[in-house]
Amino acid sequence: MNPALRRGLTGLGVFVAVLEVFPRTDVVGRGYLPPFSSIVSALGRQVGEPAFWSALLDTLRGWSAGLGIAAVAGLVLGVAIGVVPPLRSLTASTIEFLRPIPSVALIPLAVLLYGTGMRSTVLLIVYASFWQVLVQVLDGVRDVDPVAAETARSYRFGLRTRIRTVVWPTALPYVLTGLRLAATVALVLAITGELVIGSPGLGRQIALAQSAGAVETMYALVVVAGLLGVAVNLSIRAVERRTLRWHVSVRREAAA
Amino acid sequence: MRLLRSTLTAAALPVALVTAWWLISRGSQSFFWPPLSDIVAELRPTWLGERLRADVVPSLLRLATGYALALAAGILAGLAIGLSARLRQYCEPVLEFCRSIPPPVLIPIIMLFAGIGDQMKVIVIVSGCVWPVLLNTAEGARAIDEVLRDTARVYRLRPAARFRHLLLRGASPHIVTGARQALSIAIILMVISEMFAASNGLGFATVQFQRSFAIPQMWSGILLLGVIGVTLALAFKLVENRVLAWYFGLRRHQ
Repeated sequence: MNPALRRGLTGLGVFVAVLEVFPRTDVVGRGYLPPFSSIVSALGRQVGEPAFWSALLDTLRGWSAGLGIAAVAGLVLGVAIGVVPPLRSLTASTIEFLRPIPSVALIPLAVLLYGTGMRSTVLLIVYASFWQVLVQVLDGVRDVDPVAAETARSYRFGLRTRIRTVVWPTALPYVLTGLRLAATVALVLAITGELVIGSPGLGRQIALAQSAGAVETMYALVVVAGLLGVAVNLSIRAVERRTLRWHVSVRREAAA
Repeated sequence: MRLLRSTLTAAALPVALVTAWWLISRGSQSFFWPPLSDIVAELRPTWLGERLRADVVPSLLRLATGYALALAAGILAGLAIGLSARLRQYCEPVLEFCRSIPPPVLIPIIMLFAGIGDQMKVIVIVSGCVWPVLLNTAEGARAIDEVLRDTARVYRLRPAARFRHLLLRGASPHIVTGARQALSIAIILMVISEMFAASNGLGFATVQFQRSFAIPQMWSGILLLGVIGVTLALAFKLVENRVLAWYFGLRRHQ
């Protein structure tokens, strides 16, 4: 086993041991932090319940719907604004202004419009992750090599050919970065929406466990949320490496 | 002339959008979409009277405290982890997991320990913001130029000077990136923690308006939160330009 992996596992082991020992020795009260083993057994009970799986499925459904809408809208608008320079300078200030508006400020509005259903949460997800994609796509389109752009112009490439052969390959790494950021943000907002608004999903299960005083179940669900986050991160990174196999940054990484 | 033109291009679309909102919503009878003029008229009496002291200032104080603590803790831990390859290997999986937990789910857990007062909100903000600062700082500490490091050693810089001029300076471009991500997370957590469980604060008041169907007031709350977000982002950009002036200059010359 290589030393890096061994040390990582040791670190994880120490973390788990602390979570097990502290509550058992009453350094932290059990009502606040249950021992790790009882969190795991609570997780085991959850896995046996259909309610847990339908909540997980709801979260994933809201996440993917919101992310999908945001990605398509961000891509289309980003490329459209990016390839027309006057449009870019006209919209720059508006984008800079709208982006830092905290998406959660829209929660009251979403509840008013859509009640506590899944659509409220999807609205939040779309708003938050749209900007991540849009800004990266705009950066990517701007990064096009001037020589390549001029060459395409000399050869009188049409707009579609230009986008497909010049703009798209340059922008693709940026697009994937945008998608990675958006995927993380979308997960945060999905769970937040469920937690605060009460639309169905893992977040609502956590809120329910909290109000029922089921501390162990609550911790188990938080662990699930964390694992979901890790899974999203890893899978997007895998997609990134696959799609950008040809790109210098990935090739260099593989060679190193 | 050029300045005038760029100002005009920057202002054109925002002005057009606000005017459109103003005109379209004028005389609106829709319960959910009150006229913009009503919302703006509501802004002053709603937020600048009693609520300024009771809701706005406490929210902002909690935000500032939490953000400052997260910066301090994140930078210190990040430097330690970035400088020692061994420590980094020990911590990596745990950090990867902690970072991946969506921060709002920590609210119910932290409520167990800290109730629903100011303390809970500050801890929530710290526990959400610390990760981007920490991870970016670690990255920045790793990226410090070897030659600079050796130079500092040869000149026998004292620990305090080494910390300030070599580590903090060297990692600062990365630290700023982390701090920018942390700022937007901090605002989100400030609002969420108040919406979830609170007795005062901007998020609490706005949700309260929504529940009592005081729609123009609710809109004014959303507007105020937006303005706060935008103002803080602008302020951050100013600080960034100052702190990283040397770095931007360096890059321009390369």
